[in-house]
Amino acid sequence: MKALLRFEDVTLRRGGRLLFEHLTFKVDPGDRLQVTGPNGSGKSSLLRLAAGLLRAEAGSVDRSSLALADDAAALDRELPLGRALQFWNASPERAMEALGLTHLGLVPVRLLSSGQLKRASLARVAASSARLWLLDEPLNALDSDGAKKLGLLVERHLESGGAVLAASHQRLGGEWRKIELHQGNMT
Amino acid sequence: MIGALILRDVRRGFTGGAWLPIAFFLLVATLVPFAIGPDARLLSRVGAGALWIAALTAALLPIERLVEPDRADGMLDQLLLHGVVDEIIAVCKIAAHWLTFGPLLFVAAFPAAALLHIDGSGLARLLLSVWIGTPGLAALAVAVAALTAGLPRTGSIAGLILLPLAVPLLIFAAAFCASGGNQAMALEAAISILLLAGAPFVAGAAIRASRT
Repeated sequence: MKALLRFEDVTLRRGGRLLFEHLTFKVDPGDRLQVTGPNGSGKSSLLRLAAGLLRAEAGSVDRSSLALADDAAALDRELPLGRALQFWNASPERAMEALGLTHLGLVPVRLLSSGQLKRASLARVAASSARLWLLDEPLNALDSDGAKKLGLLVERHLESGGAVLAASHQRLGGEWRKIELHQGNMT
Repeated sequence: MIGALILRDVRRGFTGGAWLPIAFFLLVATLVPFAIGPDARLLSRVGAGALWIAALTAALLPIERLVEPDRADGMLDQLLLHGVVDEIIAVCKIAAHWLTFGPLLFVAAFPAAALLHIDGSGLARLLLSVWIGTPGLAALAVAVAALTAGLPRTGSIAGLILLPLAVPLLIFAAAFCASGGNQAMALEAAISILLLAGAPFVAGAAIRASRT
């Protein structure tokens, strides 16, 4: 079984500050892994590094197809939500339904609340065919219903052979393997 | 994805004020007779050069909306995750920007030329120089937009970068309009192609650098 993501002895420095060094882990199909740590410990940077948006100072990162949901929605603000999601995936209907967004399909993205926007960016990830999901603070701005729906989506994704790497300082539903980041090192 | 990206940028261009630079261009063209006087012969002599200055300054107006909104909204990151490399993003943006800028400027050149008493072969040369020059100008605008994305006071910094780099284009476009001749046209085309060829790499590198 091939790992979906593999960090090998990775060191990341941003703006002269060492965020972590010699970090080694892998994410296999069916895995869910949570990166925890205080604010500024490098959780989001780890996710952006995993996505290939940042470069490691040392070490290697191997990745398969992945999708990222962070605080930037990447949806055209003037378009209705349904059409904005279609830019990334031709048929986002099932993902929209799973996150309770169906009734918002015709509402322009700029009018959505922050919780609805969070659901929309999660729907963008869920609609993709990527096997690895990277979720940056997935519970931010989500209400309890949204968190429950996300939990169900994650379960389904894992059953179909996918994997999830989430960065959050909050407790996520279900059983998660954990990586803890401190200031400047990791355990 | 590439076709969808170009279509999206064209749609955003037309709904996001593509007519503004054109209106600005026409406004400057109207100012020239006020500044120089109504002498038709003098106007037709300096007119093409004045219109090219108007075109360069008009090209500055859309710069803030070309790259920065997509950077701030994570669009550039997601495109990379979907396998569109930064240089290809830049090519798409150049194509889309030209489509919302070049043809409109071409059409606007007719009334502008009429205001400045440019007609006959002078008008033909002006129109040809617009066709040849605007792709290079669009490429330069996207490159400068990528270089300044995320900076404060983008508008004024972009002007300081774009206008000096556009000087060769201005020289040969105006020379061709004034006297005709194949050399000036060939040199204008060469500058335009140079800008088109170089801008995707500059813009791509700038987008990449903005991610750290």
